Amino acid sequence: MDGILNALILLSNFVIVPGIAYGSQLAIGALGVTLVYGILRFSNFAHGDTMAFGTMATVLLTWALQSWGVSISPFPTALLALPFGIICTILVCLAADRWVYRFYRREKAAPVVFLIASIGVMFVLNGLVRFIIGPDDQRFADGERFIMKAREFKRLTHFNEGITIKTSQGLTVVTAAIVVIALFWFLKRSRAGKSMRAFSDNEDLALLSGINPERVVMITWIIAAALATIAGVLYGLDKSFKPFTYFQLLLPIFASAIVGGLGNPLGAIAGGFMIAFSEVTVTYAYKKFLAYALPGDWAPQGLVQLLSTDYKFAVSFVILVLVLLLRPTGIFGGKAV
Amino acid sequence: MILTGHRGPIDGNLRAIAMFLGMFLALAAVGLMQSWSLALAILNLCLISAVMSLGVNIQWGYAGLFNVGIMGFAALGGVTGVLISAAPVTAAWQAGGSGIVIALAISLVVILGAVLVSKRMAAGLRRKLVLSLIIVPGYFLARHYFDPAIEAIEAVEPAKTGYLGGLGLPILFSWIAGGLLAAAVAWVIGKIALGLRSDYLAIATLGISEIIIAILKNEDWLTRGVKNVSGLPRPVPYEVDLQQALWFQDWAARMGASPVEFSSIFVKLNYAGLFATVLLVLLWLSQRALNSPWGRMMRAIRDNELAASAMGKNVTGRHLQVFVLGSAVVGIAGAMLTTLDGQFTPASYQPLRFTFVIWVMVIVGGSGNNWGAVLGGFVIWFFWIEAEPIGLWLMDLFTAGLAEDSGLRRHLLNSAAHMRLMTMGLILLLVLRFSPRGLIPEK
Repeated sequence: MDGILNALILLSNFVIVPGIAYGSQLAIGALGVTLVYGILRFSNFAHGDTMAFGTMATVLLTWALQSWGVSISPFPTALLALPFGIICTILVCLAADRWVYRFYRREKAAPVVFLIASIGVMFVLNGLVRFIIGPDDQRFADGERFIMKAREFKRLTHFNEGITIKTSQGLTVVTAAIVVIALFWFLKRSRAGKSMRAFSDNEDLALLSGINPERVVMITWIIAAALATIAGVLYGLDKSFKPFTYFQLLLPIFASAIVGGLGNPLGAIAGGFMIAFSEVTVTYAYKKFLAYALPGDWAPQGLVQLLSTDYKFAVSFVILVLVLLLRPTGIFGGKAV
Repeated sequence: MILTGHRGPIDGNLRAIAMFLGMFLALAAVGLMQSWSLALAILNLCLISAVMSLGVNIQWGYAGLFNVGIMGFAALGGVTGVLISAAPVTAAWQAGGSGIVIALAISLVVILGAVLVSKRMAAGLRRKLVLSLIIVPGYFLARHYFDPAIEAIEAVEPAKTGYLGGLGLPILFSWIAGGLLAAAVAWVIGKIALGLRSDYLAIATLGISEIIIAILKNEDWLTRGVKNVSGLPRPVPYEVDLQQALWFQDWAARMGASPVEFSSIFVKLNYAGLFATVLLVLLWLSQRALNSPWGRMMRAIRDNELAASAMGKNVTGRHLQVFVLGSAVVGIAGAMLTTLDGQFTPASYQPLRFTFVIWVMVIVGGSGNNWGAVLGGFVIWFFWIEAEPIGLWLMDLFTAGLAEDSGLRRHLLNSAAHMRLMTMGLILLLVLRFSPRGLIPEK
């Protein structure tokens, strides 16, 4: 019995806790992609670099606050700098819309033209981030590092294995929950949110009923920028901030949004957790888990790892392909065909 | 996008010729101001870039397919350079060759079995059950042979080899093999992702290119991974041999250059000749294809899929065809790049450099026009290289007022290298907005 419990604790520590945190980060990222898709009708390739830009603004203010001795310990200082990062990102997104996307909207250009334009924006943001903060790894987490340490858990429960919960993980889950509830309340109840949903469902009908499209687009960018910054900062706190990693997050984020159904916010959240858990479970080495769970001499020799962690992108990709083949509109039904 | 009228106005052709002349003048200026060796180095990469952008133009310009996995196809071409030309490592084959072959055979049988079952059996719970009964044990059986084999292979002199090596053939064969390998992979991806929305092809290709790079970086038994394979055989003579040959020393003396400098230029000229031949052959074939009934059909499909399919054209089939062709051209360019470098370094494949810059080339040059794609390859590569010295010079100018040891000045000068990406983005956005048909528009 003890063996099974130890195995479960081990699994929680290495699979469930990191999976929930990573899933929340992906879900917030995918929500941004899916909203832009629903309203502006294109896949925004600049989303990863928007995340990087927002995180960079936050990191810079965090460093400034740290040097002034401002702190909200036990919470990380980055939380205090987050609103500033969000505002900077909103300004950048609105500027990109004003100078790049609005022209094509008026021209009623094909979605693929928007996509190419978003690649241009991606380049500019990427260059900007590398220009200002450099291409290297940056750490900016401070405050209390753990909510629960493995050693304390072991002392309290007398199990062989412990569970570690990092502050950043707890923070990610709480923030994600608040963001998602606020977003859904906004979409369902507020006037602006309702006009957004109407616009996403049927553009012509929405225009006929007097909805101002430019206002809807503006609100969408503001929300997408805020979501991107929050996702970026949470990811950076949990791991670290490196511009290229954020570009690479584009793939799991797109996979999450598509798996759930592009344009469907609920689907984006479910997709984020699906992708995160598949990545973590497939790349986890089950050797120790099986040693606990199986009777004495059945313990396996090898690592029992389905795929090495270097192939975690492959996992999101395979899920993506399966969904595209079996159910192109995503599990929860989006608008894309 | 006009479908009729084959010959553009004469002044359009003149403009294109003038732009190509301007490009060669710019290269000559680099030769005169910096060095001829550098100018030829830029020219060689311009030629390779032009081949890549020709491949992307086949997909995007002819058929409107949006492929963001160019990096992956270029890397596939690159790795064939190793697989074809590197010397085989007999010790590694003896250590684990049989295990690898058995594992591959098992995987092949499993895949064929799974395909057969999913085609023959009716959909439902039973098919899923049978499929998982084939795939899951098959996977573990393959791993059972595979894992010890790669361990044995990677243990063979890991500092020098630690991989199976290649076939030991002349590296020029890899140009063909690279194209074939890229085409085969493109066929599989195309089967899955074509026929869906354009965004999905973009995301699927982005994903597959990341996976290809991950495989090349981590499967040390095949590619040595991040340990790189260097010293691949060359299709052209080595500088050292030339410098010692008497006829070459005479020739260098007659040209009034030192043998060392002249040998470097001579080797680069040889490469340029090979690359230019490939580029011209591909360009000729592409022009023939574009102006044939097949090319007109492709453009008709691109401009109105619905109408074309109502006319009885098989849209998805034609898309698959053009996707495979374009990827093959990119694969050839990738193999050419490995040949030029004489080494294969998986870590050097970055999506910004190998996918998105190529896109900028096609858009700037003129999508749908082969000459435009070639010119775009030249112009953008030239800027990609020269942006750094120009950026540095500009930064120096802007910050001249600041003190020599000012932190801001040092940061700006150090970051000038990142100006490249921003410049590329701005060029793309400006061309897309103000001259969407590019430097040499489609006729």
